[in-house]
Amino acid sequence: MLDTPMVVADRVSKSFGSNEVLKSISLEVKRGEVMCLVGPSGSGKSTFLRCINHLEVVSSGRLSVDGELIGYRETNDKLYEMHPREAARQRRDIGMVFQRFNLFPHMTALQNVMEAPIRVKGLSKAGVEANARTLLARVGLAERADYYPAHLSGGQQQRVAIARALAMEPKLMLFDEPTSALDPELVGEVLDVMQGLARDGMTMIVVTHEMGFAREVADSLVFMDGGVVVESGVPTEVLANPQHHRTQAFLSKVL
Amino acid sequence: MTHTTATGVETEPGIKAIRLRHPWRNIFAVVLLIIVALFITDAAMRPAYDWPAVGKYLFDQRISQAAFITLQLTVYSMVIAIILGVTLAIMRLSPNTVVSSIAWVYLWIFRGTPVYVQLAFWGLIGTIYQTIDIGLPFTEPWVSFPTRVALSAFILAIVGLALNEAAYMAEIVRAGLLSVDSGQEEAATALGMSWFQTMVRIIVPQSMRVIIPPAGNEVISMLKTTSLVTAIPFTLELYTRSRDIAAVTFETVPMLIVASIWYLFFTSILMVGQYFLEKRFARGIGDRRPDKKADDAAASLTGATPVVGSGQPTVVLPPTDPPQGDR
Ligand SMILES: Nc1ncnc2c1ncn2[C@@H]1O[C@H](COP(=O)(O)OP(=O)(O)O)[C@@H](O)[C@H]1O
Ligand SMILES: [Mg+2]
Repeated sequence: MLDTPMVVADRVSKSFGSNEVLKSISLEVKRGEVMCLVGPSGSGKSTFLRCINHLEVVSSGRLSVDGELIGYRETNDKLYEMHPREAARQRRDIGMVFQRFNLFPHMTALQNVMEAPIRVKGLSKAGVEANARTLLARVGLAERADYYPAHLSGGQQQRVAIARALAMEPKLMLFDEPTSALDPELVGEVLDVMQGLARDGMTMIVVTHEMGFAREVADSLVFMDGGVVVESGVPTEVLANPQHHRTQAFLSKVL
Repeated sequence: MTHTTATGVETEPGIKAIRLRHPWRNIFAVVLLIIVALFITDAAMRPAYDWPAVGKYLFDQRISQAAFITLQLTVYSMVIAIILGVTLAIMRLSPNTVVSSIAWVYLWIFRGTPVYVQLAFWGLIGTIYQTIDIGLPFTEPWVSFPTRVALSAFILAIVGLALNEAAYMAEIVRAGLLSVDSGQEEAATALGMSWFQTMVRIIVPQSMRVIIPPAGNEVISMLKTTSLVTAIPFTLELYTRSRDIAAVTFETVPMLIVASIWYLFFTSILMVGQYFLEKRFARGIGDRRPDKKADDAAASLTGATPVVGSGQPTVVLPPTDPPQGDR
């Protein structure tokens, strides 16, 4: 089991009406691997991440996480759409961090982190609170547990959002441009937390424009454009020596 | 008409300026005061108001009982209206077109006809449907009883008020639900929360800030609309009761004043309740500034001390037309 990949995408396509946003994407993410997904705006990176936890339904192809098909149940070579309850169960194990943080504004940082373990897993409040405080300390926000999101900086909010996702003890973390909405001086604190996670062996797919992070932290780099994977490989190699002219053009703009 | 600039200059720390004067505003205020004072002294002495009679009937048991019934009508019909309104609002947002269309037709009918007419219809329900039958269609009913016996005028009054009000509440709730950022539902779903959990824990509490101000107006409006249930006819509420007493004693004006005092008493209580509800649901949200980036920068520079749940409740008007006017 341990050598099966964490994420397998097999010819995944996704259309919105007649607009084909993902065109036969195939890739694998191994356990403990950190994959950076880069590409120009509108290339389908967010859509791909959202397909992985079934926030979007794929149009064709297969996506599985930890050996389990996402969103469908396969019996006798037939695919059956999952009940929302089962899809929700699959999502528990997949953490997601959004560009705009999406913290619950009517709850304190601590309540944000405690909400899902209590409601979704039905764990007891005392245990959840202790764990939530540990997580907030881990992202450097032990002191801010009782702050509402509106009173936290963007970088602090994003770190709370990471703690909130970690509280469900996911086996995979998806990051959709986690630092793009931040002022430049706040980017580092969020990337530091993510680097710490990577060091602890978390499997991560990170959509980002931070090439420095990709070079230093990621194990693999995938360049997407127009809904296809144009090029992928070891980050240092792809960044230093891009093969495809579209990759070259993109990197010349962001580096 | 607020003149923020004038007071703004005054509060600026370093600037010593002579405050801008508004002579016309002051003259207008004095004139208003004189008019109000004249009216009050005149009213206090005018025999038609018959203040001793007002004092006599204000706590008359018939009146206080009628006031209690008015309160009951308001509370029961509002509770039903809110439950039904939330259901209709969710139906309106349903991807299933049949479901959303049915909710739309409901709104069309119940908002499009006067509540007085609707109440008159409810009063005739016993004539239109003489019995209430329970059973399978096209077979002999298992139980059957006369409508007039099953549904008292009091119940019909509540049903009539509630079904009308539900249409307005539905629009208020819908506007509230739509005011919550779609990222909230997405984040909750991504955490594995069910649709119901997402609604109850995440979406509805945030929409309350938008829902409560117009909903509070609806409660106050409902308190007054109860005076129309005489259309059913139901005659035990405050207005009809005081009018009936006046018809016997010929003390019409004092009885109207008595009823008005009771209505004002209840609306005042409701306004206080609304104030505290608004404060409660403004927690964490009430003082959020629209400019996110400025917010971030300010917080990171000052290391902001938390001002938990401060901030005045903000009235945010729902994007759709709020219900207004006589109904
Ligand atoms: N819910 C949706 N409905 C219709 N089109 C969508 C939807 N979500 C994304 N798209 C389209 O899919 C394309 C890819 O979007 P996205 O995955 O957000 O790209 P990226 O994250 O790489 O910038 C865009 O052209 C966008 O307009
Ligand atoms: Mg995107």
